[in-house]
Amino acid sequence: MSNSETINPNTTMNNESKTSSTTKVEELQNLKGRKTVLMQGNEAVAYGALDAGCNFFAGYPITPSTEIAEILAAELPKRGGVFIQMEDELGSICAVIGASLAGAKALTATSGPGFSLMQEGIGFARSAETPCVVVDVQRVGPSTGMPTSCAQGDIQQSRWGTHGDSPAIVLYPDSVKESYELTIRAINLSEKYRTCVILLLDEVLGHMREAVRLPDLSNVRVISRVKPTVPPHWYKHYENNEKYPIPLASFGEGYRFHVTGLTHDSLGFPTNKPNEAAEMMARLKKKITYNIRDLVQIESFQMDDAKIAVFAAGITARSAKAAVVMARKEGIPAGLLRPLTIWPFPDDAVRKMLRDVDIVIVPELNQGQLIREIERLVKDRSDSKLIKIQRVDSKLIPPQDILQKIKEVI
Amino acid sequence: MPAIPQKIIHEYLRHDKKFPHVWCAGCSNGIVLGSIIRAIAGMNLDRNDIVMVSGIGCSSRMPVYVDFNTLHTLHGRAIAFATGVKLHKPHLKVIVVTGDGDCAAIGGNHLIHAARRNIDLTVIMLNNNIYGMTGGQVSPTTPHEAYATTAPYGNIEPDFDVCKLAMGAGATYVARTTAFHTQETQNMVKEAIEHPGFALIEVICACPVIYGRLNKKGGAPEMMKEMRDNSIPLAAVDKLPPEKVQGKIIRGVLHKDIRPEYCAQYAELMKKAQAQGGSK
Repeated sequence: MSNSETINPNTTMNNESKTSSTTKVEELQNLKGRKTVLMQGNEAVAYGALDAGCNFFAGYPITPSTEIAEILAAELPKRGGVFIQMEDELGSICAVIGASLAGAKALTATSGPGFSLMQEGIGFARSAETPCVVVDVQRVGPSTGMPTSCAQGDIQQSRWGTHGDSPAIVLYPDSVKESYELTIRAINLSEKYRTCVILLLDEVLGHMREAVRLPDLSNVRVISRVKPTVPPHWYKHYENNEKYPIPLASFGEGYRFHVTGLTHDSLGFPTNKPNEAAEMMARLKKKITYNIRDLVQIESFQMDDAKIAVFAAGITARSAKAAVVMARKEGIPAGLLRPLTIWPFPDDAVRKMLRDVDIVIVPELNQGQLIREIERLVKDRSDSKLIKIQRVDSKLIPPQDILQKIKEVI
Repeated sequence: MPAIPQKIIHEYLRHDKKFPHVWCAGCSNGIVLGSIIRAIAGMNLDRNDIVMVSGIGCSSRMPVYVDFNTLHTLHGRAIAFATGVKLHKPHLKVIVVTGDGDCAAIGGNHLIHAARRNIDLTVIMLNNNIYGMTGGQVSPTTPHEAYATTAPYGNIEPDFDVCKLAMGAGATYVARTTAFHTQETQNMVKEAIEHPGFALIEVICACPVIYGRLNKKGGAPEMMKEMRDNSIPLAAVDKLPPEKVQGKIIRGVLHKDIRPEYCAQYAELMKKAQAQGGSK
């Protein structure tokens, strides 16, 4: 059902054969032996990163994301890549950006407290238009919260966490398989749009094991940044044009360009001129808004004739889908709309949903971070179309609770 | 456009759009920049292989003026960015230009851990004893009892000896000089870039407009004279009676040793992993 474009759908029949002597761990690590394996969401992120060509990881240990770092510590050196455990998350995101400017496909993984510390660096990557990926395996907050429990409290932080005004790309998987796919997609989008892409995972998904068959590597679509072909003195790494992507040279390739977090002109040099500041801000915005169709992914489940829609993301969408299936068995016309891309928010799909159905139920593991985006799109704020189910006690919302709400409102 | 004077330094500056620079009259930063460029010019390095990284502050504005790969980053994080650059492309010569606040306050954690790793970076800390860009607040190297806008009754904190800190953390090349000693600075920069490991050079700088005014140090010439008269070479320390050493700036290469460099060790680790792992 997921319409992720990074994976060719004809891949499931490949590579049944494997050597008989490999242990399960070796087999997991040996990406050639691609049979169905039991895998955690965090493992899927690590293997997705490797398959997308990630060759640099800098991070700091934090529950519940640590498996990603542990796997990459073992795997990256084998492939000629770099793993470094930094002194903190501030240093981690900065080392990732530095490596990316030197040409690496760089990634870091963290959880809420570390994600907060990385926000300044995330803003730098967006301003300096440097590709990188931050994986945030969300846990209960605020503050240190409940490190091994599940919450969806970073949805708005992933959009607005860094200071200043800059658009974000944030992806949100709901299964182990999709964690693999969206990690690849996150790296691809970061390279294509030259920005920091965030992958949000739920704690339960990070640690949950599911049977997954990874695609054969030859079927994984990998995107790498475009390199300049012009002579160095013509090169403008922040050129204002309508064409994306804008080529990005790496340090050491003869281009000798300047990178700064200050507002800059098309050559990367700091500027205080309002017209140049406006151009830069417009470029950052337009590269997202002009490419919404490439960026936004939505799963639409049983929505064609639905009168009641459930709108949910991540692990909560799993419960929602189960509730929709149960409702349909009882003859209730329910459906699920699930964003795989939460930022930019899928405004058009949500508007269509609001037109098509009578009631929208929004279950989420926070106090209203997704529903406020839908409220933004409801024309009449007094409309009672929106029903919330919110839980912040570290427990998931079970399908029965959503089903019960569906039955209450029908 | 008037002809550009042909000195070595001019071959390394970015002439388009970048001048006039942001530094005040009498600031030492330009003098140190001259020493850095003359050191690099004398080393026959390909400027495509040089990356200059800085944080935030007056001295951290330096990279924008020079024709290298240049990266002006976040406050305190220059060494972390530089670590990423160096690890991905170890053949690049990565030079970090930073100030006392950038390096020893907000960036202190990255400084000590990069020193501990002995990663091959050249960190040049321009110490003007104050936060200049924000208008004169107290820094970790503001001397005890000196004045700053946020220490209007005198600084009650002791100042940081950043060279000792770096040595304690494991830096394998540590040197101190002043902006007045341009040739010494130049020699140290050359030595630090050639040194295979983490190198820190502290360059004592004059900030006459802010630090000098708040502390009645006179103008730039008086502060330069003070650097000359109030500093002694390391070699002379043993020959002088203790009272003549007291309170003086000790200049020279304070520490130098060789131990395994981080990128070289990582290359060995990769070989080991590839021999053991055999995956892919």
